[in-house]
Amino acid sequence: MLLVVGAALIALRDLFAAAMLTSIYSLLSACFFMLQDAVDVAFTEAAVGAGITTVLFLATLSQVGRVERKPRNKPWPALMICTLVAGLLIYASFDMPHYGDPTAPVHSHVAPRYLNDSPSEVGPPNMVTSVLASYRGYDTLGETGVVFTAGVGVLLLLGPGLRRRYRKDIAASEQEKSDAG
Amino acid sequence: MLDKPASLIGNPIIRGVTVLLLGPILLFALYVQWHGDYGPGGGFQAGVIFAVAIIAHGLIFGVSVTQRMITPDAVRYGAVAGWMLYLLTGLVSMLKGAEFLNYSVLVHDPLHGQHYGILSIELGVGITVASVMIMLFYSFVGGGRNT
Repeated sequence: MLLVVGAALIALRDLFAAAMLTSIYSLLSACFFMLQDAVDVAFTEAAVGAGITTVLFLATLSQVGRVERKPRNKPWPALMICTLVAGLLIYASFDMPHYGDPTAPVHSHVAPRYLNDSPSEVGPPNMVTSVLASYRGYDTLGETGVVFTAGVGVLLLLGPGLRRRYRKDIAASEQEKSDAG
Repeated sequence: MLDKPASLIGNPIIRGVTVLLLGPILLFALYVQWHGDYGPGGGFQAGVIFAVAIIAHGLIFGVSVTQRMITPDAVRYGAVAGWMLYLLTGLVSMLKGAEFLNYSVLVHDPLHGQHYGILSIELGVGITVASVMIMLFYSFVGGGRNT
């Protein structure tokens, strides 16, 4: 199903439908994560991928119009490179341990320590939280910094319009008030 | 422009449903925020859900109405404040004699210290994420070429 939605997504020229399909794609992946018992990841995917990204896409579409222009260039070399890299990645994945294999490196390095000691060292019943916020506190600090930096970047690119518009709105509303009074 | 899609803003059904849903969405965001220790969720998800509620309000009632409630300046300060809260939590644990971001020393009992520390940084993450998301929305709908 993920593949079908992905293929439809590439073929579509109507950006509104494409935004909806991205949302569906995210919901499907959320279900997929859910099936693998990764509730936290599924929750994030549903909230971020299906929720806010779609809304932001729609907000952007209201600015740029909903139909994509037909591309004029023929990106065959890019397609070839993509296929090649994808092939290499799939080839590399044959060497990975099987899903759920208890002897896989991920399950034998720090994971047992987290699982065994987290209740007595950190406490929360949800170990994802204790790993994310306590053991890996530095990483989460960095992630929050990334979110912040992204916001600053967008603000720098689109910000002046925001401010001008806000001032204009304030001025307009004050004008209305003085007109009414 | 987003301020005047007549079909959306004028539609009483959409307005009514939005008004009904806003409260539960915000409440759910707070639940996810404070309940991250016990169930799935935490600052990132809570921030996003909170922002979705605000953005929905902006889409339905017009951005300028939302901006009168939550001003662009407040959003900007929020983005900084959340991250600062995170950093400060780390610094306080340093001042109390442990490593940066080691919450065990925050209060007498190490487990409670961890608990408060995690709550505090998750709150910081939530504030930053929600603020940045709302900021993105404001920039997208406010700074376009049509203005």
